[in-house]
Amino acid sequence: MMQFMEGSLAVADAVRLCRPQVISAYPITPQTHIVEALADMVANCTLDAEYITVESEFSALSACIGASAAGSRVYSATTSQGLALMFEVCFNVAGMRLPIVMTIVNRALSAPLSIWNDQQDSISLRDSGWMQLYAEDNQEATDLHYLAYRVAEDHEILLPAMVCFDGFILSHTYEPVETLSQDQVDAYLPAFRPYQRLDAADPISFGMFASPDYYMEFRYEIDRALERAKERIARAGKEFGKQFGRDYSALVEGYQLEDAETAFVAMGSLCGTVKDAIDEMRAQGKKVGLLKIRCYRPFPGPDIAKALAGVKRVAVLDKNISLGSKGAVGLEVKDALYGSGIAVYDYIVGLGGRDLKKSDIAAIAALAEKGQGDQFYGLRQEVLR
Amino acid sequence: MTFRDWYRVDRLPTIYCAGCGNGTVINCALHAVDAMAWKQEETVFVSGIGCSSRAPGYIATDSLHTTHGRALAFATGVKLARPDLHVVIFTGDGDLAAIGGNHFIHACRRNVDMTVICMNNWIYGMTGGQGSPTTPVGALSTTTPYGSAEGVFDISELAVAAGANHVARWTSYHVKELTRAIQTGLETPGFSLIEALVQCPTGYGRRNRLREVSDMIEFLKTHAMLLSRYRKMVAEGKPVPADIFTVGEFVRRNRPAMGVPP
Ligand SMILES: Cc1ncc(C[n+]2csc(CCOP(=O)(O)OP(=O)(O)O)c2C)c(N)n1
Ligand code: SF4
Repeated sequence: MMQFMEGSLAVADAVRLCRPQVISAYPITPQTHIVEALADMVANCTLDAEYITVESEFSALSACIGASAAGSRVYSATTSQGLALMFEVCFNVAGMRLPIVMTIVNRALSAPLSIWNDQQDSISLRDSGWMQLYAEDNQEATDLHYLAYRVAEDHEILLPAMVCFDGFILSHTYEPVETLSQDQVDAYLPAFRPYQRLDAADPISFGMFASPDYYMEFRYEIDRALERAKERIARAGKEFGKQFGRDYSALVEGYQLEDAETAFVAMGSLCGTVKDAIDEMRAQGKKVGLLKIRCYRPFPGPDIAKALAGVKRVAVLDKNISLGSKGAVGLEVKDALYGSGIAVYDYIVGLGGRDLKKSDIAAIAALAEKGQGDQFYGLRQEVLR
Repeated sequence: MTFRDWYRVDRLPTIYCAGCGNGTVINCALHAVDAMAWKQEETVFVSGIGCSSRAPGYIATDSLHTTHGRALAFATGVKLARPDLHVVIFTGDGDLAAIGGNHFIHACRRNVDMTVICMNNWIYGMTGGQGSPTTPVGALSTTTPYGSAEGVFDISELAVAAGANHVARWTSYHVKELTRAIQTGLETPGFSLIEALVQCPTGYGRRNRLREVSDMIEFLKTHAMLLSRYRKMVAEGKPVPADIFTVGEFVRRNRPAMGVPP
């Protein structure tokens, strides 16, 4: 059914349909509308789950570990400082191979304090072993939750997943969203079948000590599972397309790339703006296109290399910065295209809610054509010293 | 100097909602600070995140606006590096008793020489009125739509048990008593906690049958029971009404403290 809804509420509705048994979260702007809606559903018995109001994000994800290890389908949501506080727990979730799904409503990190959007929060956890999917609009944000649970709980994968969507720009924006029925979701996402769980009759231990003789193999296994996840995400995305008409089989998605000379690379809601800008630039005869990265972890390097094989130059729009180096996505795109001779320029944009307009996209294309890149774009020189 | 000189006037008005009690508490605190005749360059305000924690932004001294719940850890660093500075912390029930609960009890245990002013509005105000560890049982919030079922922390009793040298509780209605209690806190070496119950009409009052700002202030006035009276009633075995809260000085003592200037 097509509904005109706020992004947060659309996501909360999708989460409800995924039938989580335990939800644990701590409020933080701009995630609050999601968890408030879920608390309401639990209180009104439209969602049969435990909602745990913990005292911090650290406790929230820790409670999720306990509930997941006990054999439940588990959900949480956070952003920014909350995700930063979960850093330690995030590595534990992946290490224990618990298929927890968490929504990240992307927001900048302190200091200085900012409640506005960029993607520094989830990008900073790229090394934690979680899958990371980025949504361009609210339809995709809801759909990716079904997909995330399905892949995370696959016994060949058993890894947690973050579904990331841009704070305020998407979370607080009303868009038409096609909501699914419980029967539809049940047909796509089978009931949770834990691979292993805490069971007094057959005791196991999670998170034990690993000596140097074993530790590396544990890390290798996570990395291998992430590699396998590429194919599983593609398969689950294709299946989703078959059942509901929206195909998510591609980890990266091209727009006007066929004859493009300059290709942008972006993630999240920015892709919508870039597509509009491309339409305008195309009308003026400029051969530009976009490669949208939907799945950032596992990183689809070969897919990116293939999709960009025909372009002359690439302009990566990074809503994050690995301070002291470059944008995280830019670095990995450079790696993916290493040896191809294609020039890759990185632009740090939109940090802390700085708006990026269509005219900015055109200006960045012009910079790339001149060979100028690997820089912050849109700095206000007058406030720098 | 008057208390007005402690304000960053160019930052006013505050971001607070009309009728919020936080402004009253800041006023009381600055009156108390002014009465100490401290110099602005010797005074540091520290806070975490929340409506209450915005207070240092309106005060004309150096300040550290830190992360949610961590104010006391930052403040401990300031005080031990510079025992000559006066360190005052503004915090909320969520900041102090939820996410910052661990720092709270350990700062009390160490009895670090600082004054903590906690604006307890029984709710996470800044994020839109979710239940906190002080939300009364049965009270409505955006995460407890049919009433909170969890037990609550008594922030003042917690500070007493954890070892603070001075603990007092008043409300935004009791401005004179609150100001005096804050001044006692500023004078007392070691850890001092002043809990100020405040109205949050936006996040708490309108959901809990205290629709008007005046309803909440009236509630604070009529439901406050002096600690001495409460203790007497308990000693005499008299029934104490369930919906009151105690106000007054919980403790003033002289345990060994950290960070006290020589
Ligand atoms: C790590 C982290 N988690 C969550 C938040 C979101 N947050 C900001 S203020 C706040 C609660 C504020 O409540 P309280 O401390 O009682 O202060 P009040 O706003 O009621 O004065 C929360 C949960 C945050 N900033 N950082
Ligand atoms: S939300 Fe509550 S605590 Fe925050 S400014 Fe408004 S009234 Fe004050």
